[in-house]
Amino acid sequence: MAWISETDLGTKPAPDSARTVSLRIDGDTVTVPEGTSIMRAAALRGTNIPKLCATDRLDAFGSCRLCLVEIEGRAGYPASCTTPVTEGMVVRTESAKLAKLRRGVMELYISDHPLDCLTCSANGDCELQDQAGAVGLRDVRYGYDGANHLQAAKDESNPYFDFDPAKCIVCSRCVRACDEVQGTFALTIDGSGFGSKVVASADEGFLPSECVSCGACVQACPTSALIEKTVTDIGTPDRAIVTTCAYCGVGCTFRAEMRGEQLVRMVPWKEGKANRGHSCVKGRFAWGYANHRDRILNPMIRESVDQPWREVSWDEAIAHTASEFRRIQAKYGTRSVGGITSSRCTNEETFLVQKLIRQGFGNNNVDTCARVCHSPTGYGLSTTFGTSAGTQDFDSVEHSDVIMVIGANPTDGHPVFASRMKQRLRQGARLIVVDPRRIDLVHSPHVDAAHHLPLKPGTNVAVLTAMAHVVVTEGLADEAFIRERCDWDEYSDWAAFVAQPERSPEATAALTGVPAADLRAAARLFATGGNGAIYYGLGVTEHSQGSSTVMAIANLAMATGNIGREGVGVNPLRGQNNVQGSCDMGSFPHEYSGYRHVSDPATRTLFETAWGVSLDPEPGLRIPNMLDAATDGTFKALFIQGEDILQSDPNTHHVAAGLAAMECVVVQDLFLNETANYAHIFLPGSTFLEKDGTFTNAERRIQLVRKVMDPLNGYADWEIVQLVAQALGLDWQYTHPSEIMDEIAALTPTFAKVSYLALEEHGSLQWPATDAAPLGTPTMHVDGFVRGKGKFVVADYVPTDERTGPRFPLLLTTGRILSQYNVGAQTRRTENVAWHAEDRLEIHPHDAENRGLRDGDWVSLRSRAGETTLRALITDRVAPGVVYTTFHHPDTQANVITTDYSDWATNCPEYKVTAVEVSPSNGPSEWQRAYADQAARARRIETEAAE
Amino acid sequence: MSDTMMSTTDRLVYMANQIARNFAIEGEEVAIEATRRHIRRYWDPLMRQRVIASLAADPAQFSDIARGAVEALRDAAG
Repeated sequence: MAWISETDLGTKPAPDSARTVSLRIDGDTVTVPEGTSIMRAAALRGTNIPKLCATDRLDAFGSCRLCLVEIEGRAGYPASCTTPVTEGMVVRTESAKLAKLRRGVMELYISDHPLDCLTCSANGDCELQDQAGAVGLRDVRYGYDGANHLQAAKDESNPYFDFDPAKCIVCSRCVRACDEVQGTFALTIDGSGFGSKVVASADEGFLPSECVSCGACVQACPTSALIEKTVTDIGTPDRAIVTTCAYCGVGCTFRAEMRGEQLVRMVPWKEGKANRGHSCVKGRFAWGYANHRDRILNPMIRESVDQPWREVSWDEAIAHTASEFRRIQAKYGTRSVGGITSSRCTNEETFLVQKLIRQGFGNNNVDTCARVCHSPTGYGLSTTFGTSAGTQDFDSVEHSDVIMVIGANPTDGHPVFASRMKQRLRQGARLIVVDPRRIDLVHSPHVDAAHHLPLKPGTNVAVLTAMAHVVVTEGLADEAFIRERCDWDEYSDWAAFVAQPERSPEATAALTGVPAADLRAAARLFATGGNGAIYYGLGVTEHSQGSSTVMAIANLAMATGNIGREGVGVNPLRGQNNVQGSCDMGSFPHEYSGYRHVSDPATRTLFETAWGVSLDPEPGLRIPNMLDAATDGTFKALFIQGEDILQSDPNTHHVAAGLAAMECVVVQDLFLNETANYAHIFLPGSTFLEKDGTFTNAERRIQLVRKVMDPLNGYADWEIVQLVAQALGLDWQYTHPSEIMDEIAALTPTFAKVSYLALEEHGSLQWPATDAAPLGTPTMHVDGFVRGKGKFVVADYVPTDERTGPRFPLLLTTGRILSQYNVGAQTRRTENVAWHAEDRLEIHPHDAENRGLRDGDWVSLRSRAGETTLRALITDRVAPGVVYTTFHHPDTQANVITTDYSDWATNCPEYKVTAVEVSPSNGPSEWQRAYADQAARARRIETEAAE
Repeated sequence: MSDTMMSTTDRLVYMANQIARNFAIEGEEVAIEATRRHIRRYWDPLMRQRVIASLAADPAQFSDIARGAVEALRDAAG
């Protein structure tokens, strides 16, 4: 149960109905939508009928028998949660008979419940306790000596919550939450009658079970049977602040429940429009890194990276930063320095970093981590639709009939949205998965993909073109939509191209590995199955043809008329919390906020007027180009906020060489990350709990991040950037991030109506929020494309230059896992390591047998770029010839393997296709040993106290 | 050590050829202009200068489309 219970109306709202029903409840006339339960109708009137098994997050169940009511003209005492209202119904919620019945029910519950309320972790925050009071229970006639469950053993295996069966009332709320909300079906009621008990999987304990620790069961529990360990350790919260999660691009909102200055727990906010009250193991529980002992809280500097760090005052660190950048620019030129913004930071912080570079450094050498994930989305959707963002909100999936997931693994990468998607699939929507791996969505409880197209890595464009071939040649294109909304001549050119026989499923099957019949069936289903929605991830973008694939997706959506209404659309699933926002804020070297090119005189004049300087009209360097320029000696200093390029960017050797060649690398972060091994100045960062700001999620939703505690390092990140700017002589005088947002809104047409006041009032806004759409835009391109006519782009399949051969016969593809987040800097410093303590190499049994490998063996993984070692996980989840690993652990450094090949249009790295060989190994590679030594030396900190 | 580390000049030539290959389907004339426009729009001035210089040093490194695009960039730069 969550502190200061949000209003719980007991049952879900009625399905959309235009009709209303009037009834009388306790003498008052109440009018509600048809299909509403009596319990909800009463709650809307202000009458809370006692309940235990009912909650408005779950379907009505009718098991606890506490919510009985009397209905005139009906026999018996029906459960108000499962009885819908009818016209003219007369209901009584209180009577002597009802009181007696409810007390009798409650008496039975309490007779088998520990009487330890005063020392219970949930004392004062327990629905059972509340309802016992509500029904007036004063005595238990049955005594406590009979058969009971009070000695049942606790399950403390989960690192974040405990299960105490002695306190369980078997109301099934946890089981239903796992089924209905999360969709994992990990919990069940085992046994029957008095022997009924909640068990995880086959009664094997929560940690070893299929439970994914989303927390839905804990949230649903009306007692303390399931309770967060932090509540047990700290006590019940006494206040709550709503804020936005700093993990993936779903953008879940949470109530940060506090006791004093201490965070007790994060509870998903029911009113949150992105998550609708649900959460995953990361956002719900993995926030302990905020207080981890590894956090660096004092600024540090050093002359060279072979020296230990020296703690200094903030004044010295800021002054040194400014003087180094000015020195280097004086010596090597204006364009010899640059910076990187972070998708982990707020819009306001990101905007300030790019402003620092454009206004303070006088160049456009700013890039962001979206370079290595979704930059092709920006290019592809901007070219075809006219805007660099997804087209829908998350609610849209409730209206989808066919869902196509390409190169994404939502249950691991975007778990809360995956649960929404699975709800729709369980209602009957059909699923097409295009992925080299058999991701969980292909086959999971009550979800089976209609088609899984297990393509060979690197053949996305060929597969999508073959699907388009089927659509066009079988007459399945939506000609009316195309004629009205798109350029017909461009469509005709494209249609002629995809209709060529060599683009057919049959002609490309050998290349893609996808059986032609399966591909044809999938294409037909997508084109004819009703509302078709496409969701994609980094398996689309992180290829040498990432941008082409995005355009091929857009082509397919337009050709089938699946744009511009609910239930359809093209939806990039953003990896980090603020990827969309960092891109929106002008983090790319060629454009200002709102995706306007730096060469556009009108836009440049707007910014020059606002900032009082002349701005560089030439595009700046992208991250890989910065590293190249550094090794060439023309790029000498880099300001990096919240980003670990040494671990996250491809070809670690290349990144290390670039960083090592610079005279000044500034890292602003929570921890001494891998990049900091090559840094000269370290500026401690603040967590999302310690600052105000906004994040923009994958559905373009701008949401407030609210400070719940003071920054341990002394400053929020935006304040640190402002100090650097002031030291460079810039007249920045922001006193609150809301003032930064006001500047963004004034300079960015799509943000024109965004302000903290509006966000407080409406909860969130989806850009564009303009005079024409002041409350934002949930669905894009409704009446026309942003660019005018939708543009069909002929996207030719151009194979990657990364090829398998005798030396490197396997293809490596990479991804992430549910419990860890990207480079793991946060999640590795939480109990989430219980699920994923190391990166493993997934390899098919045939490939393993050919190499004499057994499950768990240490193996060497080699590519043309480098070599590392890790342990093998033998599984047929990957196809023969394909291996897979995650990149969460610096000990493995999966990116020492990946190459410099990148997307032709954006230089987004080709993480998903690397030719490798795997062989038995008995220890770390030479590189891993050398790296560990260097990292240990680079992290030394002089013990002398700071000034 | 990696055997995929290109020199910056080699990488720029590779990038120009890669862009050209992806526009090639549109026909040579259109592809040359698209490649030129892409490089002009997204590459910083020093990168453009270097790729122009590498054209003078060894034109054979470039595909026909990439060479046409870089020649156009060179001519526009004066």
